[in-house]
Amino acid sequence: MLFFFVVIATAFINKRPIHKLTYLKLTVPQGWPKPVTNIFANNPLTEEGFQLGRQLFYDGILSKDGNFSCAGCHQQFAAFANFDHDLSHGFDNSFTTRNAPGLFNIAWQNELHWDGSINHIEVQALTPITAQNEMAETLPYILKKLNTDTSYIRLFKNAFSDGKINSQHLLKALAQFTGSIQSYNTKYDKVKRGEATFTISEALGYKTFSANCNSCHKEPLFTDNSFRNNGIGNNVKLPDFGRMGITGLSSDSLKFKVPSLRNCTVTFPYMHDGRIYSLGKVIEHYRIGIDTTQPTLDQLLRKRLVISDQQKIDLHSFLMTLKDDIMIKDPRYSQPVNSRILPSHQ
Amino acid sequence: MKARLVLIVKFVLLGSFFSVIVQAQTKKRNKQTIKITFNNKVNQQHVILDSAQYINYLNETFTINKLKYYISNIGLQKPGTRNFIEKNSSHLINEEDSASKTFSFLISSDNYESISFLIGVDSIKNVSGAQADALDPLNGMFWTWNTGYIMFKMEGNSEQSSLVNKKIEYHIGGFAGTNNVLRSVKLNFKEDPIILKKHRSAEIIIEFDLNKIWNVNNKLSIKQTPVCTTPGVMAANIANNYAAAFQIINVINH
Repeated sequence: MLFFFVVIATAFINKRPIHKLTYLKLTVPQGWPKPVTNIFANNPLTEEGFQLGRQLFYDGILSKDGNFSCAGCHQQFAAFANFDHDLSHGFDNSFTTRNAPGLFNIAWQNELHWDGSINHIEVQALTPITAQNEMAETLPYILKKLNTDTSYIRLFKNAFSDGKINSQHLLKALAQFTGSIQSYNTKYDKVKRGEATFTISEALGYKTFSANCNSCHKEPLFTDNSFRNNGIGNNVKLPDFGRMGITGLSSDSLKFKVPSLRNCTVTFPYMHDGRIYSLGKVIEHYRIGIDTTQPTLDQLLRKRLVISDQQKIDLHSFLMTLKDDIMIKDPRYSQPVNSRILPSHQ
Repeated sequence: MKARLVLIVKFVLLGSFFSVIVQAQTKKRNKQTIKITFNNKVNQQHVILDSAQYINYLNETFTINKLKYYISNIGLQKPGTRNFIEKNSSHLINEEDSASKTFSFLISSDNYESISFLIGVDSIKNVSGAQADALDPLNGMFWTWNTGYIMFKMEGNSEQSSLVNKKIEYHIGGFAGTNNVLRSVKLNFKEDPIILKKHRSAEIIIEFDLNKIWNVNNKLSIKQTPVCTTPGVMAANIANNYAAAFQIINVINH
């Protein structure tokens, strides 16, 4: 009998990881849809993985010349979009070809990027890391750099049971961080929870929003994650057919992902190519700017929106309630104080 | 009474514990090694990267300097039911790395009459995030512009190519929809089945004739199609051709 217990005990001890992982749970706010089912299915969310991902997100080590971290174009104060940049700057004075989207509530997005080209958050980071006009680095070289960095060797050991620094762990850690960034504490959310009340202008703006915008910018995420042509027309200097490039269907020509309106007051400029600089001008586009001759123009925009000047002001007030100051200032999402030397979690 | 019951339960548990161990041991003993080799050829010539010149059915000349493809979900079929399916079956065949062209796994002693596999990486693994080993994006077989694996990659040069540096470049991918390039292949051993006895091993040698990518089911020419690097009708046509380019050369029962 003793032998029996010894066998069991040995098996148990052998299986136990050398260190303890602190498991985290993604918050699903009340009334929200379920997050993407497979987002953390093969990548259990842990404090150690999150912190490693955070460290990598803020580190230029992922770029060819050390100048371009993920955070360079995804700034927390801009809700992880690129503040005041229509297009972002990449390696060797290059420009990206699309506007950097805000990174939050990614756990509720099945397809990433403006054209939905990326089907899983874990593989997303490969694109900016390797793109010549972004971070311009290669995976083998990143792994080489990380494998000679003592603090990363420790962080990978903390986060993954076999401690290996490989592309899978690198990508999974990044996904734990970016997939955890959440926005659900705006004034709008507080009003919905009964913790705050709209001003008269905000309430009127909410009415206008509900009547005109809500079918695509659907609550509570303020996007329905669909791909639509909103009639802004192709950019002559930067032709981009959006979703069609992925599906190969002409019916998808000029369709782009509906962006969330959360935090829209800090994610300017707007549209896939960042061509519109203010919210007022965006509303103006939907009032008078839609090119109604485009064959793939969204059905809901065939008639331009009728919004009065007063409604426009109120709508603007409402959109301001979608700014999430708690997320924008959350120290858990911010640059680690002592980059690359984080306390060990053992 | 209660103590006695607990004791009985403990003995039953102990008994089942050992029987599981014994069973696992016997199972392992009944497993034999099977080795599979992929030989890449053009007509009857072995592929020699960079230097060898080949001629296709239109008398177009070409060289190959890169050749990689995935073989996955390998199965071996036997007369009855309960066919063998390899677990976590993903193999990257890379002409540059001769070790990659041969791999082996354990399989129970039995008779097998055919082998089946998928050319490419099944759709589940294309939508499940970052993978490792043969499926590591480090292997240069993963698209970052449109998530998914390149199932088959062949690059080289041809006098007939209109591209810069007379390149030819075929990156065949796309795992969903009408132009899905995933192709299943089933090859029958016919009169040479695998007869795998205890303490023995077996070997299967499969040949892949790359010249068939031009003209088995769909006629293609280098002049008209020197490049195909996006999912679509062309990629599906090329996949139709290479799916018919595999054959069993030898089955050896050691």
